[in-house]
Amino acid sequence: MVYAPHLAAQSGASQYVAMVSATPLVAAENIGRRRPNSHAWLLENVSVAVRAGECVVLVGPSGVGKTLLLRALAALDPHDQGDVRWHGQSVPSRQIPAFRRHVMYLSQRPALVAGTVEDNLRLPYSLNAHRDHAYDPARVCDLLASLGRTDDFLAADRRHLSGGEAQITALVRAIALDPEVILLDEPTASLDRQTAQAAESLIDQWIGREPNRRAAIWASHDPRQTERVAGRRIEMIAGGRIDHTGAA
Amino acid sequence: MKRRDFGYDGVSRSIFNMDSNLSYIQLSNVQVGVAAALIVVNGAVSIALRLGMGKLLLLAAVRTVVQLTLIGFVLQWVFAIDRWYVVLALLAVMTVIAGVSAVRRTEHRYAGIYANSLVMVWASSWAMAAVAVSLILTDAGRWYEPQYSIPLLGMILGNSLNGVSLGLNSFTQQLVDRRDQVELRLALGATRWEAAHGVVRQAVRTGMIPTINSMMVVGIVSLPGMMTGQLLAGVAPIDAVKYQIVIMFLIASATAAGTAGVVMLGYRRLFNRRHQFLFDRLTSTED
Repeated sequence: MVYAPHLAAQSGASQYVAMVSATPLVAAENIGRRRPNSHAWLLENVSVAVRAGECVVLVGPSGVGKTLLLRALAALDPHDQGDVRWHGQSVPSRQIPAFRRHVMYLSQRPALVAGTVEDNLRLPYSLNAHRDHAYDPARVCDLLASLGRTDDFLAADRRHLSGGEAQITALVRAIALDPEVILLDEPTASLDRQTAQAAESLIDQWIGREPNRRAAIWASHDPRQTERVAGRRIEMIAGGRIDHTGAA
Repeated sequence: MKRRDFGYDGVSRSIFNMDSNLSYIQLSNVQVGVAAALIVVNGAVSIALRLGMGKLLLLAAVRTVVQLTLIGFVLQWVFAIDRWYVVLALLAVMTVIAGVSAVRRTEHRYAGIYANSLVMVWASSWAMAAVAVSLILTDAGRWYEPQYSIPLLGMILGNSLNGVSLGLNSFTQQLVDRRDQVELRLALGATRWEAAHGVVRQAVRTGMIPTINSMMVVGIVSLPGMMTGQLLAGVAPIDAVKYQIVIMFLIASATAAGTAGVVMLGYRRLFNRRHQFLFDRLTSTED
């Protein structure tokens, strides 16, 4: 399980633990993105760092750029300034798939491929970046159970899923892949209150089991949820910037 | 083979009239006029069913006559001048028109789509035409022999244009419709190829299907236009069939190469080396 090849190669295991807390798992440094064919900034000079063990909450009104920031952290869009760093290092192009396997973005509207829930949960393992691990049915059933779903759910067809069930599928798919950082874009927007809270504690426990190498960023516009999800708050304000004046 | 040893006398030299024993009926202007008058059938249908297509019908009829007459004069002039650079210029104009038309029918476009279409229509059609001229029609004499090169390239272009157009349209349309699936794969750690190859495959298939379909039914459902033309010009059916077989394979290979090529160029345009899908580059023509 090599999750920081460049660090592991340079230092011994004992040093590594010390370095993890100092070096963010993933960081955006002065990142900026312009609207295409325009000078207006969608994201301007944003710096965010996520360290192991953290569950950062990204708050701000709709349309302020939370999604763009999360996508930028997963290097899903080209940016016009700044850099994204993984364990303190820039990510070369050939490492991008491996990077995204470890810094995983979950869309607000989860995309599912045709087929059953299980087909969707198995999908990533066909990708080259995931060739080192295999689909684990027992693990998946545990994760589903923690969100109040039985094994029957695996056979459900995508077309019959509600928005909330699609979000559950996407969340279980991501956690089963065991990334380092999960970038959650309003992951509970379509969930009922009970399931939303179960999802919150699932993420929390997931980080808690390996706090030296796991973290999450949680974008939300629901103030009650941001209260519940323990952790540091980052506030985004109009113009795709971060509010450094508040309690962040 | 008698080709250049008689004077150029208008329509009496059909493009396939290479043997002196070929025979066909020359049409007088009056005879053509009789056929054109059949447009009244369309007019009658339009009036009887109140289709309101009168103006459109008139325009279509006039365009048919004017466009074909013009190209007739152009071809006659090119055949008469008989210089390689004139033939080449005409072939180039035909190619550019085909390359541009292929994009005309797409709903979603990206910067560089015209260049991509032009390059692939050009490369695929000319490569196959070159094969035909250099390896198959070796008795034609000069490589640019207008009697062969112009209709040959024209037929290849027409089909290649179709494949390129369908392929491009399917590619961009799917990327718009299935954007979330492509993005999902990228977010899970897919390479750009892993994320796009389903879309690419479907687009290339879509571009090639009409050609394959026409190969399946050729001779059963319909006689191809070229073969029909040769039969009218008095060519022996077996000879006409040989030509048609050659053409079908030239068309199939040019369409496959052009379609696959243009979709791959589009893929490289819309997915960068950092495995990012540049959705913003796609613009809708309906805007």
